[in-house]
Amino acid sequence: MSILINKHTKVICQGFTGKQGSFHSRQALEYGTQLVGGVTPGRGGEGHLGLPVFDTVADAVNSTGATASVIYVPPFYAADAILEAVDAGIKLIVCITEGIPILQMLRVKAAMADTGALLIGPNCPGIITPGECKIGIMPGNIHLPGSIGIVSRSGTLTYESVDQTTRQGLGQSTCVGIGGDPIHGMNFIDVLSRFQADDQTKGIVMVGEIGGGEEEDAAEYIKAHVTKPVVAYIAGQTAPPGKRMGHAGAIVTGGKGTAAGKVAALKAAGIEVVNSPTDIGVAMKGCL
Amino acid sequence: MNIHEYQAKQLFKDYQIPVPEGKQVTKPEQAELVARALGGEGWVVKAQVHAGGRGKVGGVKLANSLREVKEFSANLLGQWLVTQQTGAEGLPINSLLIEKIYPIKRELYLSLVVDRSSQRLMFIASAAGGMDIETVAHDTPERIISVPIHPAAGLQGYQCRKVGFALGLKGGQLRELEKLMGGLYQLFLAKDASQIEINPLIETDSGELLALDAKINFDDNALALHPDIAALQDPEQEDPKENEAQQFGLNYITLSGNIGCMVNGAGLAMATMDLVKLKGGFPANFLDVGGGTTVEKVSEAFKLILSDPEVKAVLVNIFGGIVQCDVIAQGILAAVEQVHVTVPVVVRLEGTHAEQGRELLAKSGVNIVAADDLEHAAEQVVALAKGR
Repeated sequence: MSILINKHTKVICQGFTGKQGSFHSRQALEYGTQLVGGVTPGRGGEGHLGLPVFDTVADAVNSTGATASVIYVPPFYAADAILEAVDAGIKLIVCITEGIPILQMLRVKAAMADTGALLIGPNCPGIITPGECKIGIMPGNIHLPGSIGIVSRSGTLTYESVDQTTRQGLGQSTCVGIGGDPIHGMNFIDVLSRFQADDQTKGIVMVGEIGGGEEEDAAEYIKAHVTKPVVAYIAGQTAPPGKRMGHAGAIVTGGKGTAAGKVAALKAAGIEVVNSPTDIGVAMKGCL
Repeated sequence: MNIHEYQAKQLFKDYQIPVPEGKQVTKPEQAELVARALGGEGWVVKAQVHAGGRGKVGGVKLANSLREVKEFSANLLGQWLVTQQTGAEGLPINSLLIEKIYPIKRELYLSLVVDRSSQRLMFIASAAGGMDIETVAHDTPERIISVPIHPAAGLQGYQCRKVGFALGLKGGQLRELEKLMGGLYQLFLAKDASQIEINPLIETDSGELLALDAKINFDDNALALHPDIAALQDPEQEDPKENEAQQFGLNYITLSGNIGCMVNGAGLAMATMDLVKLKGGFPANFLDVGGGTTVEKVSEAFKLILSDPEVKAVLVNIFGGIVQCDVIAQGILAAVEQVHVTVPVVVRLEGTHAEQGRELLAKSGVNIVAADDLEHAAEQVVALAKGR
């Protein structure tokens, strides 16, 4: 098994006929994802990439039975798109969009409480179960079906981890990019708990970075609940305080959210933390 | 995005948050005139720079006469202020805020922030104002009160009273605080702030509440929705290279080392800096060229990196995902050609079409070291920067 998605997952795309939506939908189809249609308001009834276009997410869900949606709409429309997907009963919403205002995300998160819908992102590469289903912008060809679960706040560092675990012959069960924004959907613990419960996953790679306290929370959680080996890496040890390092959420403020603090918390929980991102694959293999 | 204190206080006024009487000036003569018009017997002269810690380094002066107002203003204007929050160069003092002095009974602290763990806006208050709030939180956490606000319900009266009682306010002061907190909350929502801080919020001898200082940060992601706020930007308070990078859609941050770094992706860019440090070198910058890198972007990135005279070697680290490495390699070659790169450049290409990319670089005859992997790339660039 994998977590959250597999070869049976039916996916729709919001922002389907746009440049990003079209490009990545084509890639997803080539990878074998069961992409069953898309949504572009006002273009319902048309066809695109050989698939139906719908006016609303509700129409798309009713016609296709999709349970997952991927969002490529521009930042000021993304909160609306997420909530439309929630309202239509989509169970897994993957929002790739970068640059959503933080106040809009606060409202989205409050509105999503108790709906049962899961959000991945925003400002993330998406989620992939190698060989089965790719939802997002990650390059499919570097992945290998296998036993390592990967969860990361950074897109390119997810690819690094994937590449290394592929080279070590371990492969990946599922890889989840939870995103670089300060207010986002699923967090480390939400994903770690699913990896722990998943039979296919034998080891876990967790990639964090400066800002916030989710890595510290994850460390506590792993110590108490995760029995599978975890290899962690934290980016941003040389980041100056008060500066936003590319990601909206990657900032050290008031001495909080430092890489050193996160590494210390993870080590205190008995987790193997590598100093260099180039050691992730070897360290993971060594743990198994 | 940051704004100046005088701009923040104008926004406070717009939202009925009480601030001292005062005015921003750019000339010493103007300062004297403003002080005269304000009246009273004492004034404060405050350097307007985008950094905290001004008081400790002479950026805030108390004047007892109009002559002193003019004198202090003449001394400060045109200088560069170095505080614990600025770099070694400091920031230029291009304007001052002249304010009336108020008799202070107590200094309090009040801020409104985005709390990441509760995913709510949160008021933070303390009766220990005027000090570094992080120190207060660390040493005496019991002196800090925090109140999260549900976005649907909004700020409630009881939440303001809770803060007021914790701050030891009484009677009419509680209503005053409720109005003040309401104003802060409305301002935060209306302008997409990311943090508002009043430190100190003073209680005057006559019991009034006044925002003696004002600091507002805005959410960069929402700036396009607020042209009035975007217009308050002061490029002279920012790093010129960081300003330039912004225009080309590059994420660039100046650091103090001598190894230029060009990377795709924010996480990988941070990891690359860390790795350079781990191998004994010092990164000159953080630079994320973004996912969809083009020849133009790579070229602009090179120009930025090389405009720093300290840079002795450059490390390019690209994980080609959707963007193919051979395309990146062509971009690097074009950029090197255009920009006349004279320092050694180490390139690590991995991912889609990495082989073809490396081959292109090897064949080009340009002075580029094509590294096999990231670890070696970091080792090589550190050695080259040291002149080995």
